[in-house]
Amino acid sequence: MNTEALLLSFRLAATVSLFLLVLALPLAYVISFFQWRGKFLVESVVALPLVLPPTVLGFYALLAMGPHGLLGKIWQSLFGHPLAFTFTGLVLASMLYSLPFAVQPLVASFESLDRRLLDASAILGADRARTFLRIILPLAWPGVLTALVLSFAHTLGEFGVVLMVGGNLPGITRTVSIDIYDRVQALDYAAAHQTALLLLLISFVVLSIVYGVNRRVWSPWPAK
Amino acid sequence: MLNVKIRKLFRSDAQPFVLDANVSFPPGFTVLFGPSGAGKSTLLDCIAGLQQPDSGEICLGEKVFFDAAGNLSLPPQRRELAYVFQSLALFPHLSVEQNIRYGLDRLAASEQTERANTAARNFRIEHLLSRRPAELSGGEKQRVALARALATSPRVLLLDEPLTGLDSSLRRSILEDLHAWNDANRIPILYVTHNREEVDAIGERIVTLVNGRVQETGTPRGVLDAPRTIELAQSAGFENVLPAVVVEHRPADGIMRVSLDHAACEIEIPLGEAEPGSEVRVAIRAGDILVATEPPHFLSARNILPGTIVSGETRGAMVALQVKAGTIFQVHVTPGAVRALDLSPGLLVWLVIKTHSCHLVR
Repeated sequence: MNTEALLLSFRLAATVSLFLLVLALPLAYVISFFQWRGKFLVESVVALPLVLPPTVLGFYALLAMGPHGLLGKIWQSLFGHPLAFTFTGLVLASMLYSLPFAVQPLVASFESLDRRLLDASAILGADRARTFLRIILPLAWPGVLTALVLSFAHTLGEFGVVLMVGGNLPGITRTVSIDIYDRVQALDYAAAHQTALLLLLISFVVLSIVYGVNRRVWSPWPAK
Repeated sequence: MLNVKIRKLFRSDAQPFVLDANVSFPPGFTVLFGPSGAGKSTLLDCIAGLQQPDSGEICLGEKVFFDAAGNLSLPPQRRELAYVFQSLALFPHLSVEQNIRYGLDRLAASEQTERANTAARNFRIEHLLSRRPAELSGGEKQRVALARALATSPRVLLLDEPLTGLDSSLRRSILEDLHAWNDANRIPILYVTHNREEVDAIGERIVTLVNGRVQETGTPRGVLDAPRTIELAQSAGFENVLPAVVVEHRPADGIMRVSLDHAACEIEIPLGEAEPGSEVRVAIRAGDILVATEPPHFLSARNILPGTIVSGETRGAMVALQVKAGTIFQVHVTPGAVRALDLSPGLLVWLVIKTHSCHLVR
C-alpha cells in the first residue's frame, strides 16, 4: 500500500473540507435567508460541479491556474512560483469540485429551521451574527457535520480534477485514486486492491455516520 | 399609545389580500379578534418589524417604528417590544434559564440573573430553570415564553394566541399572572385570540379585524354580543347565521319582522337599518334559544316557533340539537334538559327566542 499517497489524500481532503466549510457557511446563509433576483444563478453555479465531468472542471481550473491564466498570473506575482501542479492548486480546484457537497447540506439544514426561532431571536434584540452563532449553528449542526464529512469523502475519492490540475507528482499531487490507477496500469492488482478496499471501507463508514446523524443528506435544493 | 396606520398588499395568493389598518392601542389589554385569515398575525408582524407594510406609519408615542414616507423602518431589534408567537418559538437547544436570559445579554450578569429570576417568579417557573423546552408541558412552555418576553421590559407586548391548547383553568391562572404584570407595567398589550372565554377574561378593549380591515372597536360585550358582520358573528360563536328578508318595520314596537329561509317562517328582531324587502342575515346564539315540549304561554319572548328535533349530539357538557322549525336552527341545551324533557329526534318542540337575542348582521 502506498501510505504516502494515502496520507496526501487525507491531508488534501481535510484541508479542502475545512476551508470549504469556511466558504460554504456564508454562501449557504445567503442562499437560505436572502431573496434576490439573480439567486438562481448562484445556485446553478454552486451545483455545477455535480453535473460537470471532473475533466472539464479540471481543464478550466488548469487554464485559470496556468502561467497564462488570470489566477496563475496573480499567484505568480504574489508568491513567485506557479500555482498549477502544486498542493495549493490542488486544494483550490478540489474546493470548487466539492463545493455543492458542502453547500447543499448546509442550505438544507438552514432552510429546515423554524423561521419563527430566528424572528424570536431578532425580537429579543440579537443581531444577525448572534442569531447565527447562538441559534442557527447549534440547531443546524447535523448539516454542518454532513457538509464536512461529504466534502471530505468526495475529495478523498476525486480523480479527474487531480489528474488535470495536479498531475502525478509523488508526495505533492499523487493522491490515492491516482495511485490506484497507476497500479492497475502496471498490472499490480494486489496493491491496487489493498488501497481500493481501504477507500471503499472508509467511504462506507463515513456515509454511515452521515446517514446515522441526518437522513436528509441527498435532498436536492429543498422545497420552500 | 401605539398608533398604527398601515397598508400592505399581498399579491402572491390566488385572491389578493389587503391589510388596511388604522387603529390605536392604549396601555393595557386590547384583544384583536377576528376570523382566521383576517390579517391579525400580519398586523402583529408589521408592528414587530418582521414584515414591511407598503405604506403608512407605526409609532409608539414619540418613537417612530415605521414611516413609509420618511423611508424609515426600525429593525425588530430596536423596537423594544416583546412578541409571543402562537408556536412560542422557545429555543429548543437552550435551557429555560438560557431562553429567558437570551434577550438580556446587554445587561451585566448580576442584572441578568435578577431579571431572569423575577420573570421566573412572576410566571411560577422557578423550578424549571434548568430544563429544556422539550421537557416541559404545554402550559409550562407558555409560561416560559411569556417570562422570556417580559424579562426584556418591553414597551409593547404582542401576544398571538399564546394560550391556545390549554384547558380553561390553566388558561385562567396564566391570565391572572399576566393581569398582575399588566397592572404593574401598563404598556400596550395586543392579544390575538379566537377564544371567547379569553376575550371575556381579558376584558378591557377589543378591536375586530375582518378581511384585513378594522371593523369595530369597543368593549367585548358591546362588540361581540351584537356582531354586525357575518364573519364576526361566526367567529364570535353565533351558531345560527340565517339568511332573511325584511318583511315590515314596526317602529312603535321597536321591532321589524323578517322571514327566514324563503318565507318558511317569520320572526321579530330589533329594528335595524334595513329597508323592507332587503336581504339580510340574522345571527342567533345556539345557547340563547329555549326549547319547550308544549306550546308555551304567558312569555315575554315574541318568537315562538313550532318545530321537530332532527338530531342531537353530545359535546362535552352540552348537547347540540338541530331543530327544523321552518329552517334548521342549532340549539344548545344541557344533558340534564335532554333527560328531563326526553328530547330525542322526531319530537315536536317549540323554540323560544327573545327578540334581543336576534342580531341583524350585514
